[in-house]
Amino acid sequence: MNNKLIHWFKYASPQSFYPLAGKMIPWFWGLAAAFGVVGLWLSFFVAPTDAQQGEGYRIIFVHVPASWMSMFIYLVLAAWAGLGLALNTRLSGMMASALAPTGALMAFLALWTGAFWGKPMWGTWWVWDARITSELILFFLYLGFIALQAAIDDPRRADKAGAILALVGVVNVPIIYFSVKWWNTLHQGSSVSVGKSSMAVTMLWGMLFMALCFWMYSIAVALMRVRAIILEREAHTEWVKELNEVKS
Amino acid sequence: MIWNSPAEFFAMGGYALYVWGSFGVCAIALAMEPILVRKRQNQILQSLRRERIADELENEVSEKAHARESGR
Repeated sequence: MNNKLIHWFKYASPQSFYPLAGKMIPWFWGLAAAFGVVGLWLSFFVAPTDAQQGEGYRIIFVHVPASWMSMFIYLVLAAWAGLGLALNTRLSGMMASALAPTGALMAFLALWTGAFWGKPMWGTWWVWDARITSELILFFLYLGFIALQAAIDDPRRADKAGAILALVGVVNVPIIYFSVKWWNTLHQGSSVSVGKSSMAVTMLWGMLFMALCFWMYSIAVALMRVRAIILEREAHTEWVKELNEVKS
Repeated sequence: MIWNSPAEFFAMGGYALYVWGSFGVCAIALAMEPILVRKRQNQILQSLRRERIADELENEVSEKAHARESGR
């Protein structure tokens, strides 16, 4: 028990997390590629044509994973930010900053693929529907978090201000998730729910593999970014100066 | 197999613009982001290397000056 605790805190320091992240990145890229290949194969060659939406429904295989990740990354970001506020650990703020651009990208992709789905199915690229509007707010929350952090020079103060914004914004995530239940919206209800699913089994598998691919991708790219952030913030420490990649 | 020919695959039952517009933009975005992050990492590494070289030169100069002074 005691041992575990020490181990955990050891990796909470940027100095020991930097090489650990470097070792983990290739594994997550490998997993992302593997899940991506299987997911795309299922999406395009195994999942049958949809009875109502024809081939147009295949957008689901990127739309749903991107939307899930946009919400999930926000929760993880807020958790790191909250941890940073509570424990004042250096790494937490860096993790939150590293996740924000990837989350923003996922929110953008969710909106973009949603528009490309909405046009043929509903006849419009955009509607001010509850789910779509709350997803747009999520996108703006990410951008606001990034802009706020960029506007404050002292990284520790930037972390604190960003953390408060992130924690307040958490209220938006359940609004997105439950919007299709709470309001009568144009956006269809969730296709996947615990216990029952309205989709063909192969469609579901395709979506899950694509979601795993997006998940592994997000971890890999966030770890890459956190390494850059660690170097930027710890540039004047001895351990950074002694790194092999700096010496050579 | 769902598709009888590659042309049929790319036509996506008439939804080509929407399906490929979605998958294409996702592919471009997911390819670009790691490239940009890699660039950021290389930039910081380069400036750290420059700083290190500058430090070494400074040390060398001050050591030489020190040696000259103590030799006198």
